[in-house]
Amino acid sequence: MPSNSSSHGPKASWGLKLAALGGLLFLHVPILIIFLYTLTPDETTYTFPLPGITFKWFGIALQRADMWRALVLSLQVAVVATLAALILGTLAAAAVYRSQFFGREAISFLLVLPIALPGIVTGIALRTAIGGFDIPFSFWTIVIGHATFCVVVVYNNVLARFRRMQGSLIEASMDLGANSFETFRHVVFPNIATALLAGGMLAFALSFDEVIVTTFTAGQQTTLPIWIFSQLSRPRDRPVTNVAAMIVMLITFVPIFYAQRLSAQSSDTEGETK
Amino acid sequence: MLQRISTYLYLRPGLVLGLLLGPPLVYMLVVYLGSLFNLLIYSFYYLEEFTGLIVREFTLRTYAQIFEPANRDIFIRTAGMAAAVTVVDAVIAFPLAYYIAKFASPRWKTWLIIAVTIPLWSSYLVRVYAWKLILAQEGILSWFINLLQLDGVLDWLLSIEAIGGSSLALSPIGMFIVFSYIWLPYMIIPIQTALERVPGSLIEASSDLGAKPLQTFRTVILPLAFPGVVAGSIFTFSLTLGDFIVPLSLGNSKFFIGQAVYSYQGTAGNIPLAAAMTMGPVVIMIVYLLIARRLGAFDAL
Repeated sequence: MPSNSSSHGPKASWGLKLAALGGLLFLHVPILIIFLYTLTPDETTYTFPLPGITFKWFGIALQRADMWRALVLSLQVAVVATLAALILGTLAAAAVYRSQFFGREAISFLLVLPIALPGIVTGIALRTAIGGFDIPFSFWTIVIGHATFCVVVVYNNVLARFRRMQGSLIEASMDLGANSFETFRHVVFPNIATALLAGGMLAFALSFDEVIVTTFTAGQQTTLPIWIFSQLSRPRDRPVTNVAAMIVMLITFVPIFYAQRLSAQSSDTEGETK
Repeated sequence: MLQRISTYLYLRPGLVLGLLLGPPLVYMLVVYLGSLFNLLIYSFYYLEEFTGLIVREFTLRTYAQIFEPANRDIFIRTAGMAAAVTVVDAVIAFPLAYYIAKFASPRWKTWLIIAVTIPLWSSYLVRVYAWKLILAQEGILSWFINLLQLDGVLDWLLSIEAIGGSSLALSPIGMFIVFSYIWLPYMIIPIQTALERVPGSLIEASSDLGAKPLQTFRTVILPLAFPGVVAGSIFTFSLTLGDFIVPLSLGNSKFFIGQAVYSYQGTAGNIPLAAAMTMGPVVIMIVYLLIARRLGAFDAL
């Protein structure tokens, strides 16, 4: 993180500090409201202040088999989509890093398209293709959809790491008699390991809570975000949704936080823009 | 054995490139671009009203449907919302980005950047849902407004035809608040990146030459940070254009593009019209990206 001129120059005015604090609170307070609402005894409305405190929704959520099935499906999809993204993203980054070839610039553009275009475009395009070729909706149609926008996250992280890695390291390894595979295992891999970890965790978080593309590629299957979305319009045990939302937040928070820490420590800024 | 494969590959860089690039390229070209191209083709087909079947022959009549008043209104409404969200996000994002870039100590800066990026990656749906709780008729915001005795103002706002509704949770005002909240980090980060590149010496020079802080801000900082604002607006604008979750969960009966596409392809089974309508945001975004590139926004990404 380049830090220029932060120590000298005028101090921030109170107005600026207040406005910055306001922006920060606006970003974070709403999420805490969900945690608060997991405790509401009120089943039919969202009354505030809460009419009381109860922990019973956690118990009821535990017994909701449909929610757990959705959670398990989401985890499975996220793991497989992340693995696919790790492999495809690393291959693409390695290709772009080590060779000059025609259309090299276009690769980044192609990979970033799925997150630059609105999710609905990817979603409906895949849905139309799946329908047009009579492919049955399955676990794999969800994974294929998620992998399209997860690849770029790994690609960005790994490519940025490659660019900061000294090429002479690889040459030295080869000069000392290691073959390509040994060089990859002992030199390249240790160097890009944390970039893979950061990219992989972000890809996992992206996939785990994705809802827009998934609505189009899931068919009748229910991932956890789709389960929550259906609860919004047809609620059953309304406060159970709060518990599910909290679970999603907690499961995605840990990898995102670690990925950001890793990036901050190795002064990568590549994980910043989605 | 491995040694021999290694040597074999070392002598053939073209083959290595093919092996590396092949899988990701094939995946993206076949699965992703293939689907997009297929969608483009569908937008030139049309739905036979009586049979409800898609007629696979080239026609522009589906595109003509987009310009019917009902659909045109959807485009105008969505673009208006996207523009409003973009402007408000820029205003909210700027002070925070400015503070992070120019005043925070290095240690604080790291933490503030993490605090801004976490919502960017964390569950979009859950963050929409949080606002469902906050905006509900009996919810926390109404309670707060009641506490400040501003009920009259709220009722007046909600009674305005274009932006109002039965409650905050079912009105364009509510959607506007939620969109601004959801996409805010996408605006903060590019502005911060752009401000980071404004040399401190330039600001000092400006004040040495007698400019007041506000003058320095207006004539030095703002113009240099503008590409960052444009870069952020790419995201806020594009994401608002294509979203259907927020209109579905917080909107009223008036459609937005994403919602219209969703219902055309779903219940109506009119894939050609849905496809043609998605081309709307795609074209708008391509034009937008071209303008943004001329304004130098890509350097701030």
